[in-house]
Amino acid sequence: MSEPAFTLKATGRLRRRQLVNQGMGALAVGAALLAVSVLAIVVISVGSRGAGSLNLAFFTQNQAQGFNPKGGGVLFAIVGSLVLVGIATLIALPLGVLVAIYVSELAPSRLARIARMALDITNGIPTIVIGIFVFTILVAAHGQSALAGSIALAIIMLPLIARATEEVLLLVPSSQREASLALGVSRWRTTVQVVVPSALGGILTGTTLAIARVAGETAPLLFLTYLGTSSTADANPLHPLQSLTLVIFSYSDQADPAYQSKAWAAAFVLMCFVLFTSLAAKLALARYRKKLGG
Amino acid sequence: MENSHVNTKSVLERTRGRLDRIGDPALKVITFAAAALAVTVLGLIAIELARGSRLAFHRFGLGFVTSQTWDVVHNQFGALSLIAGTAVTAVLAIVIATPLAIAIALFLTELAPKPVRALLGALVEMLAAIPSVILGLWGILVLGPFVQNQLEPFLNSTLGFLPFFRGPTSPTGILTATLILTIMVVPIVASVTRELFTTVSPELREGALALGATRWEMVRGVLLPAARPGILAAVALGFGRAVGEAMAVLMVIGGQIGIHLSVFSHSDTLAARIAGQYNGSSTNLQTSSLVYLATILLVISLAVNIGAQLLIKPIDRRPRRRRIALDRALEAQGLSAD
Repeated sequence: MSEPAFTLKATGRLRRRQLVNQGMGALAVGAALLAVSVLAIVVISVGSRGAGSLNLAFFTQNQAQGFNPKGGGVLFAIVGSLVLVGIATLIALPLGVLVAIYVSELAPSRLARIARMALDITNGIPTIVIGIFVFTILVAAHGQSALAGSIALAIIMLPLIARATEEVLLLVPSSQREASLALGVSRWRTTVQVVVPSALGGILTGTTLAIARVAGETAPLLFLTYLGTSSTADANPLHPLQSLTLVIFSYSDQADPAYQSKAWAAAFVLMCFVLFTSLAAKLALARYRKKLGG
Repeated sequence: MENSHVNTKSVLERTRGRLDRIGDPALKVITFAAAALAVTVLGLIAIELARGSRLAFHRFGLGFVTSQTWDVVHNQFGALSLIAGTAVTAVLAIVIATPLAIAIALFLTELAPKPVRALLGALVEMLAAIPSVILGLWGILVLGPFVQNQLEPFLNSTLGFLPFFRGPTSPTGILTATLILTIMVVPIVASVTRELFTTVSPELREGALALGATRWEMVRGVLLPAARPGILAAVALGFGRAVGEAMAVLMVIGGQIGIHLSVFSHSDTLAARIAGQYNGSSTNLQTSSLVYLATILLVISLAVNIGAQLLIKPIDRRPRRRRIALDRALEAQGLSAD
């Protein structure tokens, strides 16, 4: 058999349609490449500037006394961040789970809709506005404290945790609830001992995502807790503590390059924490959903 | 018959015990209280902001919104140039981000090979997870110099006949702020859009292809129309995020009052002004004016969010599977749709 003397080749209108198609495909590839390269540029430039200034002292010491911007580390801010986010989680996790239980298991549909809407609206409020709110109700009268910062962070976390929990509660098969109720187990025991434990994995990963989100929050903390540097590490939530994000912000403003390199190092540490925890939580959540067959 | 009924009941009664009798109402009351607290906080935020801005409202009234002055020395305050700065940066960011995000979503659902999809999707979502203060730091020290030395001279030499691309170049200003906001908004819109595309029913998709449509024609004729309300909602939510962003914008916009045509010029936004001045506020009137700004910000974000929810509503009539997918996509961004 001989090769055909001609090949099929699109001409005219079809050719134009194919060209448009290829052009759009190329644009899509380009956009995806652009997004990934922006991520790479950000990560690499934070990494290359930050990793160099990292040493043991950065994690284990506080700002050196006297005028010595190079000396010491940011232990005070790491401790402060842990306290701020820790207390916020202690407030928001139980509240969020309770709200989710009410909305998905107990509430009449109209009240559930109101609660959901309130959560969504709270979620859409700019975090700086939440900072102003907590300032007026707490800081104006009692002064700055880490606790005030934690409350602001908890307000940000609450809708995230409540909605994530609600979603996994809905994924728990109703056969589990029915089996428990059919055995004569009361409603609250069914909820507390059957439904919530089934959903626990999802609740915890949702909480982890919320933690990753608020660990990077700066704006609501600006007026609520201390903005600056410290030569002592303090963990008392009633004192105004610093956070890693506040250190990044205040050091980035300093003319001294030693402070700037500390800002980069702090940014690098925070970025690694946020990216790894949110990635891990997302992977866990995807696995969990598959398990519950969502 | 009667007897056995009574017996069963008493057995149940005994096994349940006192804890169970109070347990059910207690759970209901406790969870209701938690939900009520969540609703109350929202109400309190509105009330406290209104109270805090009372002083400035009495002094300037609604004219605050239309006055350009922000003069700390003479205690004259107005929000117009901040509202303009907020609108310009957020709108420009959305205008740049939306087509990019849709293109990324198309690549992820239509073109990329399977193994690449998950990886790339995760990378795009990581971009959304980067804290804004880090983007701000990067914006001042890395993006800023690039904008000043490369991007702005280039824009000026090619498009300088337009008034938008004139004036002295600067590492900070509207352009840098817009680019930072774009970086923040793209992943939000992209991941929601991607989720929407994957939920368009394969029959429609394959039908279009079987009729001889090219892939792009299928996208334009089937995917985009099917996903339009969802995309609009995602864009609205991304816009809300851009409007409310304080830190990153504060660090790169230059913090200047005044309305300028050129994107090279310094400006300021509502959120950035609050973040920048609240701590150092020197008079009660200035503090109150800043809270007034926060109230305006709250009103804008409420309008945008409720608008987005109304846009999503029609989707609720669609099959449950799709609704869940959309909710998930929104939640992954820390946003959610009822």
